[in-house]
Amino acid sequence: MQLDIRLPIGGLFAVLGVLLTAQGLLAPASANARALGHNVNLVWGLVLLGTGLTFLVLARRRGGGAGG
Amino acid sequence: MTTVELGVLDYAILALYFAVVLGIGVVLQRSTRSAGDFFQSGRRIPAWVAGLAFLSANLGAQEVIGMAASGAKYGIATSHFYWIGAVPAMVFVGVFMMPFYYGSRARSVPEYLRLRFDEKTRAFNAVSFAAMTVVSSGISMYAMGILLGVLLGWSFDVSVLVSAAIVLAYIFLGGLTSAIYNEVLQFFLIVAGFVPLVWLGLEDVGGWNGLVTRLAATATEHGYASGAYTQSWRHLGDAAANPMGVEWFGMAMGLGFVLSFGYWTTDFLVVQRAMAADSMSAARRTPLIAAFPKMLFPALVILPGMIALALTTQGGASGLALPVRPDGTLDYDLTIPVMLGHYFPTGMLGLGLTALLASFMSGMAGNVTAFNTVWTYDIYQAYLRTDATDAHLLRMGRIATVVGIALSVVTAYATTAFNNIMDLLQLVFAFVNAPLFATFLLGMFWRRATGHGAFAGLVAGTAAAALHHGLTLPGGSMPGIKGAWLAEALRVYPSEMAQNFNTAIAAWTTCFVVTIVVSVATRPHEESALRGLVWSLTERPRDTGEPWWRRPAPLGVGMLALTLALNVVFF
Repeated sequence: MQLDIRLPIGGLFAVLGVLLTAQGLLAPASANARALGHNVNLVWGLVLLGTGLTFLVLARRRGGGAGG
Repeated sequence: MTTVELGVLDYAILALYFAVVLGIGVVLQRSTRSAGDFFQSGRRIPAWVAGLAFLSANLGAQEVIGMAASGAKYGIATSHFYWIGAVPAMVFVGVFMMPFYYGSRARSVPEYLRLRFDEKTRAFNAVSFAAMTVVSSGISMYAMGILLGVLLGWSFDVSVLVSAAIVLAYIFLGGLTSAIYNEVLQFFLIVAGFVPLVWLGLEDVGGWNGLVTRLAATATEHGYASGAYTQSWRHLGDAAANPMGVEWFGMAMGLGFVLSFGYWTTDFLVVQRAMAADSMSAARRTPLIAAFPKMLFPALVILPGMIALALTTQGGASGLALPVRPDGTLDYDLTIPVMLGHYFPTGMLGLGLTALLASFMSGMAGNVTAFNTVWTYDIYQAYLRTDATDAHLLRMGRIATVVGIALSVVTAYATTAFNNIMDLLQLVFAFVNAPLFATFLLGMFWRRATGHGAFAGLVAGTAAAALHHGLTLPGGSMPGIKGAWLAEALRVYPSEMAQNFNTAIAAWTTCFVVTIVVSVATRPHEESALRGLVWSLTERPRDTGEPWWRRPAPLGVGMLALTLALNVVFF
């Protein structure tokens, strides 16, 4: 049985997304000064979370982890 | 520059990435039971996975750091590496060459040369290629060690040894599959880390229009027409009119035809990914799938360089500036690291750094898997131990992985001590590689080409490259490692790049002509021995039953049309 590559990618991106989103919510606004005032952690964290979940859903739908 | 401080979260993200990479290796170890699994992924890789790995294996340190540096130095003309170089070559290898690579069931590029030509042509290619991969992965490691030292203050030893150990572990465990899976992961990480960087940089510079306005001022200051940094073709009429110092013929022939086709169609580092695909159709689509992200990559790796140049020379609101070297020139190699440290807060900084390390590691892994395969199949099994069992070859592959990485580490340290020796080695390999595309072109599409012809052509092409380099010089350089080491320079080129392109053209042309002449003078191969290896004696793969987006020809035409559109938009 071959590993489905979408699982580790989805898992890593989802966890990264959660970590960055949390950092974006918790860090003081001054932390965003260098990113031209954008809360780049929050925005990109949500994007990564969405990407990660998409990969996980795709991997699950195919099922079995046949790798394609 | 001052070093960047990482937060706890940044280290956590880095550690998480390392854990996933190693985890993939551990899981794959269970399904790596034969030499075929280890070296060829059992030919079970789906097209999209092989395609992204095909792209990612090339995205090493030299590519990411080097392309950003060239973007800052030469502007948008750097995109020619992608738009007339890589993409057309990828379409060509997918549509026309993959039927032979995959269909012949050769396990490596040198092995194809043995099937098509003869033993000596294979040996020449196998030995030079094996040496080249080890050296280039060593140079990659060196570049990474220096960069992380400057950016983070990490010690050279830690950077080199830790990354080497991680790459070693996951390839040792899962072989090519492990390398390919991690390359796909690395591809997505590179995109995830670089997209926000370009977004912030573009906002800082005032969007595309702001970039064009600022670079127009920079171009005028440097004595060029105002669009020299932002228009890709308009200033190639004369080598003196563009920062690259190249005219359109050298660009199209040298870079586009010889160098890019030579690399993307014959370098086993990338071809190996397509050979691991799960069917002929998937193998042919592999480079075509890679071509789409490839044509967009200038936005991720070249655009940051242009942004950094614009902000450094014309000033920007956030104060981003490239550091200056002791000799007064800008340190272009630091473009990406400086931007990461400048724009990203803790969190994103960890992600950006992970993306950078991912690119270093994917490049290293690409070299190591190509090395262990060529060593084991084309040198060890071919000449040292012809009766080796499958289990023996699998064990040898793992040993070769360890040895290959050890040699790369040695090369990285040697580079710190003898920078000139590395320049010399790279030069020699450029000589060896430049003519190879002529050999493959004739081998695959002209059945009359013979083994003696191919071998003579390769040797003559290599000699022609050396001769051309030894008799020319880029302007402003001293004779020696840069050229003119045979005699006084017969021709002085406006830039090193122009000299490289013309060296490649000389090598390719010589190899092409000599191969034809010697082939005609020697005995032809039996036609029966060439079936499946030459265009005219091979049945075309049928794919008419598939939808158009799964068929190589329409897909290839689509990729070329999109690339043409990019050339027109940024003309």
